[in-house]
Amino acid sequence: MVKAESKNLSFYYGDFRALKSISMPVHERKVTALIGPSGCGKSTFLRCFNRMHDLYPGNRYEGEIVLQPDNANLLARDVDPIEVRMRIGMVFQKPNPFPKTVFENVAYGLRVRGETSRRRIEEKVEQALQDAALWDEVKDRLHQPAYNLSGGQQQRLCIARALATDPELLLFDEPTSALDPIATASIEELMHDLKERVTILIVTHNMQQAARVSDFTAYMYLGDLIEFGVTDELFIKPKMKQTEDYITGRFG
Amino acid sequence: MKKDIQRRKRWDAIFALCGMVALMIGVLTFTALFVDMALDGVGRLSWEFFTNFPSRRPGQAGILSAWVGSTLVMLTTAFFAVPLGVAAGIYLEEYAAKNWITDLIEINITNLAGVPSIVYGLLALGLFVYQFGLGQSILAAGLTLALLILPVVIVATREAIRAIPQAIREGSYAVGATQWQTVRYHILPYSSAGILTGIIIGMARAIGETAPIITIGALTFIAFLPPAPLQADAPFLSFDWLMSPFTVMPIQMFNWTSRPEAAFHANAAAAGFVLVLMTLAMNGLAIWLRYRLRRNIKW
Amino acid sequence: MSAPTRARLARRRARILRERLIETVLFLAALVSVFTTVAIVYILVKESVVFFQSVSIVRFLTDTQWTPLFDDAHFGIMVLLSGTLTSAAVALAIAIPLGTVIAIYLSEFAAFKLREIAKPFLELLGGVPTIVYGYFALLFVTPLLQRIYPELPGFNLLSAGIVMGIMIIPYVSSISEDAMRAVPMSLREGSYAMGATRFQTAIKVVVPAAFSGIASAYILGISRAVGETMILAVAAGMQPNLTFNPLEPAATITAFIVQVALGDLPHGSTGYQTIFAAGLTLLLFTLACNIAGHVLRKRFREAY
Repeated sequence: MVKAESKNLSFYYGDFRALKSISMPVHERKVTALIGPSGCGKSTFLRCFNRMHDLYPGNRYEGEIVLQPDNANLLARDVDPIEVRMRIGMVFQKPNPFPKTVFENVAYGLRVRGETSRRRIEEKVEQALQDAALWDEVKDRLHQPAYNLSGGQQQRLCIARALATDPELLLFDEPTSALDPIATASIEELMHDLKERVTILIVTHNMQQAARVSDFTAYMYLGDLIEFGVTDELFIKPKMKQTEDYITGRFG
Repeated sequence: MKKDIQRRKRWDAIFALCGMVALMIGVLTFTALFVDMALDGVGRLSWEFFTNFPSRRPGQAGILSAWVGSTLVMLTTAFFAVPLGVAAGIYLEEYAAKNWITDLIEINITNLAGVPSIVYGLLALGLFVYQFGLGQSILAAGLTLALLILPVVIVATREAIRAIPQAIREGSYAVGATQWQTVRYHILPYSSAGILTGIIIGMARAIGETAPIITIGALTFIAFLPPAPLQADAPFLSFDWLMSPFTVMPIQMFNWTSRPEAAFHANAAAAGFVLVLMTLAMNGLAIWLRYRLRRNIKW
Repeated sequence: MSAPTRARLARRRARILRERLIETVLFLAALVSVFTTVAIVYILVKESVVFFQSVSIVRFLTDTQWTPLFDDAHFGIMVLLSGTLTSAAVALAIAIPLGTVIAIYLSEFAAFKLREIAKPFLELLGGVPTIVYGYFALLFVTPLLQRIYPELPGFNLLSAGIVMGIMIIPYVSSISEDAMRAVPMSLREGSYAMGATRFQTAIKVVVPAAFSGIASAYILGISRAVGETMILAVAAGMQPNLTFNPLEPAATITAFIVQVALGDLPHGSTGYQTIFAAGLTLLLFTLACNIAGHVLRKRFREAY
């Protein structure tokens, strides 16, 4: 089943066309990876899904991103970006915990939505931290500053924060590029568990990571979607020569 | 969900309104002040106002001694503040090593920027007027104000110098120039606009300062001018004016404001209006310079 | 050694000497700031020490009258402090809320063009000579307030405090705004990505992140309010009055110094020395504020 789908999506930074009419499905409860060399537009594409580009002036979308089950076009003018961001969560490249306690970081999304019941918040925070495989490490430190955690722990905290509001789709923007190999491995393992509950779209510049974690892979180059397919098939027998060149390391 | 978002976004609108209101309070106050000065004082502005001495009769009083005094004090202030401030700024940016002496100097500069101006007046009274024996003179006032605005000039110089890319310095050293030659032929010329901006802002501040000058003992009723710097006969240049008693624009305004008669208040408003125009012009010039700088410099 | 070599070495010696001389001159210029601080402390302490030989510190701090120039002289600094603190409280009650709101608005809400106009304007607001503000407080604000509250005396701490507050707004807002702009965009994006509104992001994420910078702005505002002279000397009157009621006239520490300076001050008299004791009190307070602000600002610079 398809959870989300981009239909002829183009994106302009001012006059510069960064995405060229991309049509691509995102399958439900699966991990879809976006790979490609620097500047190919994969992060730009990802950030269209939660209307992050709306924060900066001078940008323009063309085309649609349709979210199921209600067939809603996320890019429609009359759709409030806040509404989109309440359904879709994001984890960033560099862990960005707020200057608050561990507990308050995870509770942030709930408080922002107006949740006031202390009991409900505590339940959801614990659940989210469990899902992010962080609970055991922080359950005694819930009310200490989040900055005291290690890099890998902070990133899992950010994942817990995104999970606490039950998103329908989780966007990961190169989530492990700032982390050491051990932390990276723990996050990849986490993704494997998470996908049973939530759809994941991940951007990564590390091909091997894409091969490890994803079910589907999309290869982009200079704003175009070159190839999309099941991960195992794309990596073993790519259909396009460009894809093969990138995967075998002939460039990029 | 839509209702919840609407409710939350209403706070966005409410706060934006609060922000505009707060800004408007500032704008309103400034406008009220300016218009009030103008309405009360413009009637008194005339050639005679600028060329008369203060007088017991409000209708005949003028600001001649005040603006001449202000000009002479400003000259003295600039004479001391500019070389000292720029030199200190150059030293701190180009020469100083990271040691405790440099830290001490920097802490002192930050501290001095926050010392109330009247404390500078007390310093001047104890040190310049009495200990150094300069008396209640233009020289004492100039020195005091120079010390007062020194942090402003130093900080502006440092920021202007810091904006110069290291590559330029390296290019100069690479052809064998000494440190001073690099400073004199590269650093100073390129940072001069920024330094000038800082000097203008410092002078704008000095022109409006009242408290330290009162504390020195500048008299509020001066019906004469200091001796002129230029004279008809040899040696043509005189420095007697430095040791002369004097008054300045803000003090004249203070004197007139303190009188109960409303007629003197009109004079005060006129003097204030002139003062505000002067400081507005100087600050405006500095802001415009800074704006032009930011647009033109393309390293 | 050949003649050309000797000449070259001589030139080099001269050059090195010249460079060293220039560096020394520049260093001495930088040292002036240290000398200024030393001189300020020296002068204030020197005169105060003499003062405290004839007036006990205990009396200075606890006496409830301030009549230094009378035959039966009293030296209770509390009287002047009450004027200083009351007017400062009024001023900060205006400057801190308005300054913070303006800072948040300019940093998180306002369009770029609006900010480009507002910032220079606020600079101009802070650049008006304080004597002009004093005139405004006495001859515009007070009559205005008297229309609402006719019993308001011609000299009062309220008008002076209000005008002083508006004058301090630019100090508070510009430092707070700098602190908020230093908060990295990634923190804001993290908040927006959670579905937060602009207001929620500003209040729940940006302001807490910029907290120490904002606190240092407040402390600077306090320091500025306590040290202000002319607005109070003109609009609050120069009659010492132990009160915390802003509707009354009172003299502040700074206004007292002006009043004495306007009269005739025989050098070396106790009257002359009181202004230095008063000035020392003022300096100690503002110094404490400036140090606190500096420490806080360093802390917030390290966080990013």
